[in-house]
Amino acid sequence: MTNTATVPSLHGEAMVELPVDQAFAFFTDSIGRWWPAEYHIGPSDMVDTILESGPAGRWYERGADGSECEWGKVLVWEPPHQLVVTWQINGNWQYDDDPNRASEIEVRFSPDGPHQTLVELEHRHLDRLVGGQAVHDTIAEAGGGWSSVLNALARVAAAKSR
Amino acid sequence: MNAGEGGEIGLLGDPTRRAIFEHLARRPSSVGELADRLPITRQAVSQHLQVLKDGGLVVATAVGTKRIYRLNPDGVDALRGYFQRIWDDALTSFQKASDQAAISPEETP
Repeated sequence: MTNTATVPSLHGEAMVELPVDQAFAFFTDSIGRWWPAEYHIGPSDMVDTILESGPAGRWYERGADGSECEWGKVLVWEPPHQLVVTWQINGNWQYDDDPNRASEIEVRFSPDGPHQTLVELEHRHLDRLVGGQAVHDTIAEAGGGWSSVLNALARVAAAKSR
Repeated sequence: MNAGEGGEIGLLGDPTRRAIFEHLARRPSSVGELADRLPITRQAVSQHLQVLKDGGLVVATAVGTKRIYRLNPDGVDALRGYFQRIWDDALTSFQKASDQAAISPEETP
């Protein structure tokens, strides 16, 4: 392990029965049709997930009460092969606007013949989520829970980068 | 440090257990507090907590006469396990939805 690989990245993949351009379009334009509704941060039930197309596009959820909660932003928009978005939910389950504290999700789309596409996902820089003042404030204020895990991550990350 | 990873992801595969984990992520709680917020009995909460505790994701501390459960601060892999579960579920869901879209091409963008 190198001194930059503080918290190992997460990986996932899926093979889908769509040509690569349609797979990219379905992943992005139709994210609200497939994102599991139980994974959301807003106070009311989630009715939609929206990923805006193009660089700097927003990634957010819309709740049943009409409220919107930010999740991140598009960093790289290279249809139909590559997408990088940030995941900016901090230790208090709030959106953190500081890009220095953003983890990143890269999704790569590779054609496997004319009708199939391999979708590979990497969630990286998880340690960045824990480095910011907001998280430390949360720990001081609330203690325990999620924050303590993030705090532990920060300690491990700091120890390994020394 | 990855030795227990598969096991931890498995621990969070159960939706009720994941709900308990998420509640504890927001706030350390007693069995009674968890049972009040979830549609399951105290006994079921206790059983799930025991599994999470045995798996190293959750720890208990005595506060007066109560036992308060919280995420294990030393369980660094717990966060990774949690996110891994999200991506596994999300990609499975994406795969199913796209196969559906492939069958009904008029619905694809």
